[in-house]
Amino acid sequence: MDFNNSLPIYIQIMDYIKRKIVINELKAGDKLPSVREIAQDLKVNPNTIQRSYSELEREEIVFTQRGLGTFITEDTKRINQLKGNLATKVLEKFISDMKSLGYTKDEIIDMISKMNGVIK
Amino acid sequence: MNTIVDIKDLSKSYKKLKALNNVNLMIEKGTVVGILGPNGSGKTTLIKIIVGLLNSDGGSVVIDGKIPGVESKRMVSYLSDRNTLYSWMKIKDAFKLYKDFYDDFDEDKAINMLQFMKLDKNMKITELSKGMKEKLNLTLVLSRKAKLYVLDEPIAGVDPVARDQILNAIIQNLDEDSTMIITTHLVRDMENIFDKVAFLKDGEINLYADAESLREEKGMQIDEIYKEIFA
Repeated sequence: MDFNNSLPIYIQIMDYIKRKIVINELKAGDKLPSVREIAQDLKVNPNTIQRSYSELEREEIVFTQRGLGTFITEDTKRINQLKGNLATKVLEKFISDMKSLGYTKDEIIDMISKMNGVIK
Repeated sequence: MNTIVDIKDLSKSYKKLKALNNVNLMIEKGTVVGILGPNGSGKTTLIKIIVGLLNSDGGSVVIDGKIPGVESKRMVSYLSDRNTLYSWMKIKDAFKLYKDFYDDFDEDKAINMLQFMKLDKNMKITELSKGMKEKLNLTLVLSRKAKLYVLDEPIAGVDPVARDQILNAIIQNLDEDSTMIITTHLVRDMENIFDKVAFLKDGEINLYADAESLREEKGMQIDEIYKEIFA
């Protein structure tokens, strides 16, 4: 994983885990690697990973069971919401990019509808 | 707050050259602090005063209530920026030396870490590459059960594989009881293991802050902030 943007590392790690949940690489109820394991994998201070986990827990995306570890929520509604949020973010970025190229709302919608070859 | 290192108004000159000028630094127990600066900014001078190898001209250093000396050396494990082992030695002789010198040297831990570093105890010091020597020295230093680890440029001049092994060995060793001070100018490679960073510019602390707060506040990684400060 390459940390290379303007965000704090703990947020980048949260996004990385959220993305894995959305693409179903991590499923409801799955156990997350321990803080130490991720720290080794990503070469990041364990305190930072701990902070990512705590924040994810606050957002009710993961839960901790004492002595057993940290797990992905079993609340599928929450996971779908996460998926929706991520899709919205992608769309917002796309729209702002298109607007900066000078396209109007109607033109953007028209162009998307003509993308049949790409969207299957 | 639990302070383990308290540096106040520290100054040091070499003849007319001012190496450190009124350095103030408080380090909390259980944290990893990066001291960042280019060559010649005073990093090694600061480190040598902390570990008791050099006297200051003014100001004070207190480590867990002690000024640098015999007692502080017992709780500080120091990785020099130079190889300090004798050329006639094999790795196992270096282990023996550390065992004789330091009561807190954990040989089992050292043997495990040596394996992790892919080194063998029968290798001769003279046959080791630069990266291997660095890995061996780090193994020795981290195998002491110290309160404070002071690592001077631990990844300078090593290849990417050795660098990753060194970073992992450092991360494995982190816990709430041990504190680490690490100097480096290779900020990109090391910034993610620091809780706090201190930028040392021309012998003065230019900025000392929590690494994540700095990223949040400036919207940049520490490496970019470093370039801004020293460019």
